Amino acid sequence: MRYIPNSPDERAEMLRQIGVASIENLFDSIPEELRLRGPLAVPAALSELELLKKFDAMAVHNEAARRISFLGGGAYSHYSPTIVDHLISRSEFFTAYTPYQPEISQGTLQAIFEFQTLVCQLTGMDIANASMYDGSTAMAEAVLMAERVTRRSKVIASSAIHPEYLQVAHTYVQHAGIELQHSPYSTETGATSADSLTGLDDKTAAVVVQSPNFFGCVEDLQALADKAHAVGALLIVVVTEAISFGLLKSPGACGADIVVAEGQSFGVPLSFGGPYVGLFATRDKYARQIPGRLVGEAFDAKGRRGYVLTLATREQHIRREKATSNICTNEGLIALAATIYLETMGPRGIEEVAQQCAQKAHYAARKLAEIEGFSLPFSAPFFDEFVVSGPGEAATLLAKLASERGIDGGIALSRYDPRRPNDFLVCVTETNTRKDIDALVSSLRELV
Amino acid sequence: MANVPDNLHYSKDHEWVRVEGDTAVVGITDHAQEQLGDVVYVELPKTGETFPAHESFGSVESVKAVSEIFTPISGTITEVNDSLNDEPEKVNKDPYGEGWMIKIKMNAAGEVDSLLTAAEYEDFTKAEE
Repeated sequence: MRYIPNSPDERAEMLRQIGVASIENLFDSIPEELRLRGPLAVPAALSELELLKKFDAMAVHNEAARRISFLGGGAYSHYSPTIVDHLISRSEFFTAYTPYQPEISQGTLQAIFEFQTLVCQLTGMDIANASMYDGSTAMAEAVLMAERVTRRSKVIASSAIHPEYLQVAHTYVQHAGIELQHSPYSTETGATSADSLTGLDDKTAAVVVQSPNFFGCVEDLQALADKAHAVGALLIVVVTEAISFGLLKSPGACGADIVVAEGQSFGVPLSFGGPYVGLFATRDKYARQIPGRLVGEAFDAKGRRGYVLTLATREQHIRREKATSNICTNEGLIALAATIYLETMGPRGIEEVAQQCAQKAHYAARKLAEIEGFSLPFSAPFFDEFVVSGPGEAATLLAKLASERGIDGGIALSRYDPRRPNDFLVCVTETNTRKDIDALVSSLRELV
Repeated sequence: MANVPDNLHYSKDHEWVRVEGDTAVVGITDHAQEQLGDVVYVELPKTGETFPAHESFGSVESVKAVSEIFTPISGTITEVNDSLNDEPEKVNKDPYGEGWMIKIKMNAAGEVDSLLTAAEYEDFTKAEE
């Protein structure tokens, strides 16, 4: 898709055609007092050389970027092969237009089709869409879809789901006539108990659970699926750490009906929280209830393969009142980055990364629990994140660790739950070395 | 020229009705399926649901478009043609036979009198064109 600039003459001709004297007149409907009268208060333009120097000087002040990091909680530090950035920077992908015209968008469409295929393989599901904005909005869309599929309006969400994901879901459903109930997690195991799902009955549209959950604990998905299915409800599984697909049994194989995930772990930089990419997969029978875009494989009269947007009648530009969602896009470039990452790593590569994350995290957990006054409050199995209880206020301890030792040791849970002042969430990935982990342990031992 | 059997009642939304005792069998007309093109999906209601007349009870999706389908008369759904889930093309091949969509237990048999006869429906479709 080319960007076509226009000349002053062409602009004048366009204005003449629509009978307007100047571009200024196009804004006549905006009251005079609201219009900008004068230049914007931005600094003067700089040469490239000056700009690079300025940025370098600013970057020096960014101490956090150079810290050893054990931060997770929905955004994960993983290695991304250099090929990812290189390939997504190609202008055919980087400036691609929405692929509504398959005859000029085969490259983009094929990439999305491959993305969908990979998402199906990872989640153990039949069908996946072209991607959502991120993991949290994908979860909210899954809740809306469960209501459409079951025609029931009560949804039970585990309290061990990332608190911000729950907030996004609340925002989406609060005016949609859906009641979102929270079911407690076990304070012993850290996992959602299938036996204590509060409010589960034959009016429940879905049970929503995150695995590994916010505390890093792996949930017993099969047990939760059985409980949900017994009353005709769906099981929605949310995954924030997508690398876990490389090691854990897929949610699809455990009976999930909708699987959503944050795909940031697949070669997408942390970049202050976005843009990320939401994965959304479900069973074939719900294909027409899926939100967002779908790419299908088609064959022409001569049997030649091509890719097209399909089942588009679910989308708002076709039938607004019957649309499954008001999303009218997908995270094209980020989904492409995830696709290239997955295809570069391959199944064995993803498994290797997942193994490293799990093993290093378990090493770290063992070492941290050995420190006087520290313990692991939850007994459920975990993947690469886990909660640590310290001897005093976690927020204070972590701030000290960052400023004095240059280590981001985790996320203080008091930020989300005032009843857990001494607990913090530690995440260890393949990017953390044994030296990093040992430094975390020895620093904590010395600071307490 | 589309096929318009004499023994059926027709609606202006292009549905047909075959009365069988107190039940009405409903589908879309040959003219409607011609206009739609290849049907790829039919969305139907559940057995036991009740509908007033002229209410959307589902939709027909073709490669070209999606159209709502409306109840020609009021009543309760007693049966739906589930075979259309796997073989929606029946609507194209045999709209008055195997392509039937729902059976409705009629609230009032008299309601069909307000529908069009075959001749009236033929005139109506010609006028539409």
